[in-house]
Amino acid sequence: MIPELGHYALVLALALGLVQSIAPVIGAVTRDGTLMRLGNSTAVMQFVFVAASFLALTICYVTSDFSVATVYENSHSMMPLVYKISSVWGNHEGSMLLWVLILSLFGAMVAIFGANLPSSLKANVLAVQSWIACAFYIFILLTSNPFLRLAQAPFEGRDLNPILQDPGLAIHPPLLYLGYVGFSIAFSFAIAALIDGRIDAAWARWVRPWTLMAWMFLTLGIAMGSYWAYYTLGWGGFWFWDPVENASLMPWLAGTALLHSAVVMEKRNALKVWTILLAILTFSLSLIGTFLVRSGVLTSVHAFATDPTRGVFILCILILFIGGGLTLFAWRAPMLKQGGLFAPISREGALVFNNLFLTTACLTVFVGTLYPLALEALTGDKISVGAPFFNLTFGPLMLALMFAMPFGPLLAWKRGDVYGAAQRLMAAIGVGLVVVALTFLIEGERSVVAACVVGLAFYVMVGAAIDLVERTGLMRVPFRIALARAAGLPRSAWGTAIAHFGIAVTLLGVISAGTWGTERIVAVKPGQTIALSHYELTFDGVKQQPGPNYSAVVATFTVRRAGAVVGVMQPSKRTFATRSMSTNEAALMARGFGQLYLSLGDSEADGSLAVRLYYKPLVLLIWIGAVIMMLGGALSLSDRRLRIGAPKPARGARPAMQAAE
Amino acid sequence: MAMTRRQRRLVLIGGSVGVLAIAVGLVLNALSGSIVFFNSPSDVMEKHLAPGTRIRVGGLVKPGSVERGADLKIKFEVTDGKHDIPVKFQGIVPDLFREGQGVVAEGKLESGNLIAADTVLAKHDERYMPKEVVDALKKSGRWQEGEAAAGGSAK
Repeated sequence: MIPELGHYALVLALALGLVQSIAPVIGAVTRDGTLMRLGNSTAVMQFVFVAASFLALTICYVTSDFSVATVYENSHSMMPLVYKISSVWGNHEGSMLLWVLILSLFGAMVAIFGANLPSSLKANVLAVQSWIACAFYIFILLTSNPFLRLAQAPFEGRDLNPILQDPGLAIHPPLLYLGYVGFSIAFSFAIAALIDGRIDAAWARWVRPWTLMAWMFLTLGIAMGSYWAYYTLGWGGFWFWDPVENASLMPWLAGTALLHSAVVMEKRNALKVWTILLAILTFSLSLIGTFLVRSGVLTSVHAFATDPTRGVFILCILILFIGGGLTLFAWRAPMLKQGGLFAPISREGALVFNNLFLTTACLTVFVGTLYPLALEALTGDKISVGAPFFNLTFGPLMLALMFAMPFGPLLAWKRGDVYGAAQRLMAAIGVGLVVVALTFLIEGERSVVAACVVGLAFYVMVGAAIDLVERTGLMRVPFRIALARAAGLPRSAWGTAIAHFGIAVTLLGVISAGTWGTERIVAVKPGQTIALSHYELTFDGVKQQPGPNYSAVVATFTVRRAGAVVGVMQPSKRTFATRSMSTNEAALMARGFGQLYLSLGDSEADGSLAVRLYYKPLVLLIWIGAVIMMLGGALSLSDRRLRIGAPKPARGARPAMQAAE
Repeated sequence: MAMTRRQRRLVLIGGSVGVLAIAVGLVLNALSGSIVFFNSPSDVMEKHLAPGTRIRVGGLVKPGSVERGADLKIKFEVTDGKHDIPVKFQGIVPDLFREGQGVVAEGKLESGNLIAADTVLAKHDERYMPKEVVDALKKSGRWQEGEAAAGGSAK
């Protein structure tokens, strides 16, 4: 009964979605307030029905109702509750349901929190949002129905893919989808503005919080996915340039560009056409990501199943929305009036520079991801494009961007003074150069490039601090006044500085773990000691340990530094009988921001055990940096000028800002 | 140095074209140097690739060909049913590396069509077969359609 209710709720959501797709648009054209307001209630009800549908599926999983095909395929009665719940989206059908759940959630949020939007804009936004939702409801109902029943209910399920039996599955997909799908709002706003043919600075103010929110979730989702891959795959890598990872990185890059160009539009009424285009492109990249992951054109950990009809269906959705969006853009964008002028060297100019580099970097990722697919389709040649390609293309572009980053916030709007900014950045440049020299002295000439990148990271971190120091007048005015100014500083200024600081922290982690990490692969016998960096690890032996739905082999290593025991590490290997496969549970030990990392291989014929040992200095900074970026975003989001429904800034807040500039 | 709207636009367009040109240069440079072609064992035999080329080879681990040596050294043959290519590797092979199962090896081609692999990938669960392997087997006619349903599913 419950699966049928869930199925029916989804059909009802589609019915409401169809109404919402049409009625508000007609209302906006005929200026009929009732029709326009209809979208508000249908958006909320759509969410309610999709949530009911999702809840029904969750109940099927929790109660292990194996008469439902997807539950049978992906669950097991012995699994812990958290995995039963997360396996709802650990498969194609359920993950699409999560996708539309989040889509409808965002639609409902616009309906509820968008009270201050002009009624016709809001009506159009909700209608566009509903077009997307309907396309995906139909996709789910026709090709990926998660509620299909089996004629005869098996007694036991086939278990969730053991790789996915991890807390990561509970967190990573929902966060990532909140990001991916969150960009649909920016898309809907862009399309609605194009339909309206009218756009101004206020548009950017409405779009920015949504984009920022999506960006925060995507940042965290990507970082979480990267950490999950790092500890679960057993290779000690945190980013593999896998097409599916790239599929999430591309919307992030475009979304980051969108955040910055929306600032220009809001503050200076410029870059309107470009911002609209970016909003369309960002969500298009999210859709392309969904297509790449869900269509089965790629084989990866994320491709749950291959079914050609699904691929073709998503491709049609893709063409409809991206093609339609861009056509509308080409038709209507020339009508948008151009805004404020600015000199190339100015805050606007710096943000254009940011956009240029982010979108170009995004383009190189796009080429690296899709070129192999295109080549195979055209010539049949199969190639793999891996880290070397991206290090040579994406790397230099991002480093150039990072170098320019501290200048941006120090330049004035309209016309900036690059020499003045450079002077104020002297301290940052100095610190950067000293760090380069020190790293070079300690590590020697084998890592000149890495030393420069470390210097760059420190320069950006100090640069972010200088931005705040300059704004508060610390060093120049008495401390108390500086403190008062710091309190009066808009939160978005704090957010910018913190997010910029965060990306530098991530860069530091990436370069340090990648360059100065130690890796050893050895076969050990009990009692044997292995040296790894400054540590000695003694292999004490292995023992068997049963788990709820697996059996594990646990190895114990005692870690010593200079003879003193610092801890015990227990990497293990789990064997799942239901799928006759095993997973690696790496053991991690944090030492400062670095980590010791052990993962098990096979037992050798002579009774020794193969082990991978890594020491990764500063590796934790990669994810800490992402969390800092996210916090910067959150702080910015809490800025009262950005808050949805907030009035324009009070006059009282101005003097602090002007004094800072 | 007041600039006209036209001049400003020129700077903007010039800058964009410049960055794009740099990016295109970087991409072309990287594509010429850092991509790896995938081959089936038959391709390797037929193409007469120069020793030292980096390639990927996919197929099945030939039953009975796996030899394990000291220091985690391992030798095995990759087969598509028509030809076998020897592979040597030092390190830990994936959990599901088994005789008769799909495998992809990447590394440098040495003389005698021996591959000195630095990466060995295997399937991730019992239902998954790397797509490259499926295609290689299909090409050599050793692919039974009955396996197709099992072949393309989750990894």
